[in-house]
Amino acid sequence: MAGLRVLVGVKRVIDYAVKVRVAAGGGGVQTQGVKHSLNPFCEIALEEGVRLRERGAAAEVVAVSVGTRVCQAIDDDCNQTGQLLAAMLDWPQGTFASRVEPEGEWVRVQREVDGGLETLRLRLPAVLTADLRLNEPRYATLPNIMKAKKKPLEVVAASEFLGGGSPPAPPRLRVLKLEEPPPRGGGQRVDDVPALLERLRASGCI
Amino acid sequence: RRSAHGRPAPAMAWPGALRVPARLLLPAGRRLRRGIASCIDPSTGLTEEQKEFQKVALDFAAKEMAPHMAEWDEKEIFPVETMRKAAQLGFGGIYVKPDVGGSGLSRLDTSIIFEALSTGCTSTTAYMSIHNMCVWMIDTFGNEEQRRRFCPSLCSMEKFASYCLTEPGSGSDAASLLTSAQRKGDTYVLNGSKAFISGGGDTDVYVVMCRTGGPGPKGISCLVLEKGTPGLSFGKKEKKVGWNSQPTRAVIFEDCVVPVGNRLGAEGQGFSIAMKGLNGGRINIASCSLGAAHASVLLAQEHLTVRKQFGEPLANNQYLQFRLAEMATRLVAARLMVRNAARALQEGREDAAVLCSMAKLFATDECFAICNQALQMHGGYGYLKDYAVQQFVRDIRVHQILEGTNEVMRMIVARNLLQG
Repeated sequence: MAGLRVLVGVKRVIDYAVKVRVAAGGGGVQTQGVKHSLNPFCEIALEEGVRLRERGAAAEVVAVSVGTRVCQAIDDDCNQTGQLLAAMLDWPQGTFASRVEPEGEWVRVQREVDGGLETLRLRLPAVLTADLRLNEPRYATLPNIMKAKKKPLEVVAASEFLGGGSPPAPPRLRVLKLEEPPPRGGGQRVDDVPALLERLRASGCI
Repeated sequence: RRSAHGRPAPAMAWPGALRVPARLLLPAGRRLRRGIASCIDPSTGLTEEQKEFQKVALDFAAKEMAPHMAEWDEKEIFPVETMRKAAQLGFGGIYVKPDVGGSGLSRLDTSIIFEALSTGCTSTTAYMSIHNMCVWMIDTFGNEEQRRRFCPSLCSMEKFASYCLTEPGSGSDAASLLTSAQRKGDTYVLNGSKAFISGGGDTDVYVVMCRTGGPGPKGISCLVLEKGTPGLSFGKKEKKVGWNSQPTRAVIFEDCVVPVGNRLGAEGQGFSIAMKGLNGGRINIASCSLGAAHASVLLAQEHLTVRKQFGEPLANNQYLQFRLAEMATRLVAARLMVRNAARALQEGREDAAVLCSMAKLFATDECFAICNQALQMHGGYGYLKDYAVQQFVRDIRVHQILEGTNEVMRMIVARNLLQG
């Protein structure tokens, strides 16, 4: 297992407990003055990386964030980043991982899928994404928080990766409009199942 | 949210503070709404590092303490394992020097941490603050040998500490204490008793102020005793209105022999050591009150939005809106007082002691009023033990009394104003 390196993508997103609101103009969501935190899934992924290193299954864990000075993103809950990355790299992917076991040249990944649990064996290098059940991130200790301040944080300009100093390509997606779902209207009570069926038919649902 | 009986479901002690996995796994209908309430956000004005400390403490409070605070109170459980977990994160000796196992943080950092922990269980956090105060006293006034002998196991909370100053005959008039320590060769022989000692009987290390010389403060010295010393015994466990997750007992000395090597500092320095410990202790207790008040404001806010009367949520009622606004305003004022005093103390400023007294006076009084008002806003439900708000009220009531009554705090401030 010596030599296995783990790269964990982390992102600062709107705090999971905040009620997200559409910004004026409908072009995005409100971020000004809104509480941001480390994406909880990123935290879980990072914890898994650290645990792999602690038990000797990995040699090095590198955390990376991509973006502006504040490395901020609106987490759209699209569930695409890991999959996109795997496709671009042409690497195998194990998403919704709830258990990760490196085995030499391979990694065994247990996935949480709709039908239950699925176990895959992927050839390394591979892309994994974390499910909530993967682990419970530990608390940071006070001494570690103080040490973190002194750890080296390497900042690399995107142009360095693109060769020749060319700027990154512009985004290929443009958000046309963002709006909140319509407010919930009142429901109707019916007395029995036949009445329910009749109402559903009448409204064109079935 | 309604339970089967039609009453509002009991809120968690700290609404919306469940750890991520549990919270996201809850069915949507039971998701607790997080109070936005940015005007009382305790993280404003803090450094990035302090926000991290606060976050760990809040997470720990929400996950490890809040779910148990009611049980600890009802069954009078001293949550040793939970406190040891907290100590592993560095909460056992927060402002103790790192060379003996402490975290070496500032008084302001400490205040932030205790305020956050208190939202999970005020009684337990208050005990932890007393423990921290004792370790600091040994760290600061002990010699190298004493520091190395006592501090590491206290910082890890392998052992717990108690602060012994008050006696049946001397509370506010602390300098008139009677417990005597007669010098006999290499030892002191202690006789007397202490009252209302937090942790007494369950803790391992006792920092005891006793009389080695003449009357008054100059005759008092500070000795460290360990449980199991012959002649050291304890009274019955007191039954209290709150602070039930920490036992309170009398500590009794009957020809109790203590080596001279257990004395902190010089003979006659004990009262000064005790008072210096209390400066920090007052900030810590005030910080615990802040946490309880903050949690209570959020509980009240939640209740006002959920509870309906006269066809509307209580939150539409202007009187209640105004009262909630007043509670929030007073909470922020109290917090600023406490943090201001913490800064003065860590900078070693001359006005630190009186600022600590002012902060303790103001914050404990204001926060009790806030918690009490929050209980009132819950109506009849506020009086039930199913609801956390009553425990915050009961737990912080004593903060106006111990570590120097709020009357004594007024004495200290008046003295500063009139005698200079």
